Amino acid sequence: MAAHVVVAGAGMAGLRAAERLRAEGWDGAVTVVGAEPHPPYNRPPLSKEVLAGRADAGATALRRRGSVEDVCWELGRRVVAASLADRALTLDDGRRLAYDGLVVATGLRPRRLAVPGPAAGRHVLRTLDDALALRAELAPGRRVVVVGAGFVGCEVAATARGHGCRVTVVEPLPVPMERAIGPELGEALRRRHEERGVRFLTGRAVTAFAPGAVVLDDGRTVPADVVVEAIGSVPNVEWLDGNGLDLSDGVLCDDRMRVEGRPEVVAVGDVARFPNPRYDDVPRRVEHWCVPADTARRAAATLAAHLAGRPLDDAPFAPLPSFWSDQYDLRLQSFGMPALGDRRVPLEGDAHALTGGVAMAYHRDDRPVGVVLIGVPASRHRHYRELVTAS
Amino acid sequence: MKVTVDLDKCQDHGQCAIAAPEVFRINDEGRLEFDDAPAEELRDAVEEAADVCPVQAILIED
Ligand SMILES: Cc1cc2nc3c(=O)[nH]c(=O)nc-3n(C[C@H](O)[C@H](O)[C@H](O)COP(=O)(O)OP(=O)(O)OC[C@H]3O[C@@H](n4cnc5c(N)ncnc54)[C@H](O)[C@@H]3O)c2cc1C
Ligand code: SF4
Repeated sequence: MAAHVVVAGAGMAGLRAAERLRAEGWDGAVTVVGAEPHPPYNRPPLSKEVLAGRADAGATALRRRGSVEDVCWELGRRVVAASLADRALTLDDGRRLAYDGLVVATGLRPRRLAVPGPAAGRHVLRTLDDALALRAELAPGRRVVVVGAGFVGCEVAATARGHGCRVTVVEPLPVPMERAIGPELGEALRRRHEERGVRFLTGRAVTAFAPGAVVLDDGRTVPADVVVEAIGSVPNVEWLDGNGLDLSDGVLCDDRMRVEGRPEVVAVGDVARFPNPRYDDVPRRVEHWCVPADTARRAAATLAAHLAGRPLDDAPFAPLPSFWSDQYDLRLQSFGMPALGDRRVPLEGDAHALTGGVAMAYHRDDRPVGVVLIGVPASRHRHYRELVTAS
Repeated sequence: MKVTVDLDKCQDHGQCAIAAPEVFRINDEGRLEFDDAPAEELRDAVEEAADVCPVQAILIED
């Protein structure tokens, strides 16, 4: 059989990997296997425009480059097992799929709350189907409890307010989004949410679900017609079990996105744990929209060179992480890794009032490792981006 | 090459201006300006800009 690359996962990372393989000169067969029935689509609108009802499902489809027209898409199919030694996958219809090169692009799924109680009325938000199911539940006056005040939870809270729902956010930490952006901006965003009518119960955990309510660790019961669990994600790696890989938090890769000891296996996107010499040599997973494209570029160069017997070029791989979030009329934009900072340095604006633009730098060892902008026009983003790329 | 941007979708993220500054620019008012008929040599950069647009607002027609 002619040489064949299989991409496991048909999200953005899977699509970008296929496109970059073509751009790197790989003209052999490519099969992309995706568990969802949909062709690759864009997830950020799911908690924003799609949930708000401003965009329909079709508007989320990702543009595909002409170079991947001959790719074979196996959609609505799941990879259930892999034997890396035999270079073969098993699909959920029992078929065996052999490969010469494998791209791991299976992303994440929502973590679920491990507490007792009925499952009715409980939602998560990762897929288009999740977003449509949740949107159907949002209507004026409905009581929505969002569990988890990370970015997805806070975006859902803002969007649900836009539908006229009565929204409560429950979060064990004292400040929303604190891990990502620190206490000052987290507090400021919390106030903005409260002004818009969202109630926060911070420092509180959910201990059980009851019919039409959630029960908190202080014994309080919060009425809920709809519950949204937004407590983070779990990597989809179980299908790689039994191959001796480090799957402790996603798939461990080297700086070429290669899976340890397997030159013909690379990983891309949210599922990949890789080092970034811009910061240090600690491998991390990065759940940002820019990561599928950046890692696919690197991984495809690695894999295409390996399959063609070409040497790898020795350019370093140090992508700049970037992330945005939309809550009400506020756009938050982050460059670098603010979470690595141990000191925050205000650069512009009044972080307390959040009027006008606000910029905050995050320093580690007196070097800016990240910057977060709220309400700063895009014309000034390049300036702040250079602040964290220059150092 | 013909480039169009769906301005109903565009949210002035400015990612396109970082990927292909020869073609896309965010002006002082924070609004997108772009060259709708860029030279063929810029195709790779324009494809890249279309990929990195968070709302997928950029269309390339040949
Ligand atoms: C609601 C929401 C809002 C977001 N908003 C933002 C934002 O504003 N800004 C930002 O920077 N980032 C945002 N993100 C993050 C961004 O969307 C992700 O980083 C990106 O989608 C990661 O793409 P991926 O292809 O790596 O993984 P995924 O998108 O998770 O794709 C993986 C695909 O693989 C499939 N799969 C899983 N297991 C298997 C298997 N065994 N066999 C076959 N297929 C399988 C899955 O079904 C899925 O379709 C958001 C994410 C969500 C969920
Ligand atoms: S990247 Fe997209 S949304 Fe941003 S300015 Fe360009 S076209 Fe508009």
